[in-house]
Amino acid sequence: MNIKAKLVDAEGLTQTINRLAHEIVERNKHADHIVLIGMRTRGEFLARRIQKKIAEIDNKEPQLGVLDATLYRDDFRTRLKQPEVSVTDITFDITEKDVILIDDILYTGRTTRAALDAIMDLGRPSSIQLCVFADRGHREMPIKADFVGKNVPTSINEEVKLQLTEIDGEDALYLLDITNLNGE
Amino acid sequence: MPLTTKHLLGLEGVTREDIQLILDTATTFREVLERPIKKVPTLKGKTVVNLFFENSTRTRISFELAQKRLSADTVNFSASQSSTKKGETLKDTVRNIEAMKVDMIVVRHESAGVPNFLTQISKANIINAGDGAHEHPTQGLLDMYSIREKYGKLEGLKVCIVGDITHSRVALSNIYGLKTMGAKVSVCGPASMIPWDIEKLGVKVFSRIDDAIAENDVLNVLRIQLERKAGASIPSIREYHNFFGITRERLEKHSKKPLILHPGPINRGVELSSEVADGPYQVILDQVTNGVAVRMAVLYLLGTMN
Repeated sequence: MNIKAKLVDAEGLTQTINRLAHEIVERNKHADHIVLIGMRTRGEFLARRIQKKIAEIDNKEPQLGVLDATLYRDDFRTRLKQPEVSVTDITFDITEKDVILIDDILYTGRTTRAALDAIMDLGRPSSIQLCVFADRGHREMPIKADFVGKNVPTSINEEVKLQLTEIDGEDALYLLDITNLNGE
Repeated sequence: MPLTTKHLLGLEGVTREDIQLILDTATTFREVLERPIKKVPTLKGKTVVNLFFENSTRTRISFELAQKRLSADTVNFSASQSSTKKGETLKDTVRNIEAMKVDMIVVRHESAGVPNFLTQISKANIINAGDGAHEHPTQGLLDMYSIREKYGKLEGLKVCIVGDITHSRVALSNIYGLKTMGAKVSVCGPASMIPWDIEKLGVKVFSRIDDAIAENDVLNVLRIQLERKAGASIPSIREYHNFFGITRERLEKHSKKPLILHPGPINRGVELSSEVADGPYQVILDQVTNGVAVRMAVLYLLGTMN
């Protein structure tokens, strides 16, 4: 990992998650109708933390599901590596609910596009709102996040990586240089 | 991590990692089958031909549903209404179908080795849906999936295959697959229905069904194929049932009951009594549901390979 900068440290990460939780509650008045859906893998743990915080703010814990949108991707024909699929775990009905879709990084918007299709196959929510920890730009689809933890302007030779204690052993947001990996 | 094989011709020689990958991927599709919309767009634009030279209801419907739920385009071909009846050779039939640009071929044939032959004359991914008395790999995989679903593992489990082992492709696929996954495999049936050299495959033989019930975690009970040569191997159906049929009375003699699998269609009152076929120890209909998920996994893993 060729680290250019540490954009957010552990303390900042917790503060950002707390702010996102407050914004979600504020925008949705009562948390009665909201359900959280985390995108595998880091979106899931992000969603769990937001869920806990919302429970503190509102005394009600929203339901949480985990979505794997691999089967809805548009790059099966172009990828060199076959993506590994894992299980979607959403045990509740999302019909008439306000779905908060949670992911770590928003980049091209293609994963979000796949997730939207996947959600529509599970039911008819009254709304879907997108919450991401970091937005790094370079969209290839008309997609915009409703809740953004941090805006990170980047070049295409950079990568933004969220690290979470649950998987990576540390809480941080990094800016990486991937110039060499691109072979340029 | 893709499969290391481009075709699924049998479970003989398929690695443990590949089997593990198929079974794990099937778990994903098992979840898709529980959704209100049981369809994902993964194989959109891929064309699959189901080439059935031998009759089949369950396997063909299962494959067809699996393909449709992955959004593939499917075409069905059955020998009874085809040009083979007009004298066309297998090779010409397949070449013609391939000329229509298909990506995958699912084939069932009464002769062993046909799927293997197709890999030599076609560029498509070939999936064996049963060839003669050779193999029926997706059945073997769905049996393993169903066992794993109940016991949480395959390693170290004792599995006995009961019935006409000699003429069964299901038996052979089960033996290869289960042994690769570390299960202890045995067979049980009349001596006339068990190949004399079966022990060379590392398989134990039980000649009494009561011993097989007592010593195993799973019984995979095969259908006595009345339409094939089964009639020549046993004096009568009644006698087979008396000596090898699984009945409630037989199961109740043992405190630990084995899990009962059956590939269907069941001959009630022959290999299984009706009470057992509908009883608490069987997972026969789960096998059917799991079959769709396992076939989706195989189609997905082969169909999205580069």
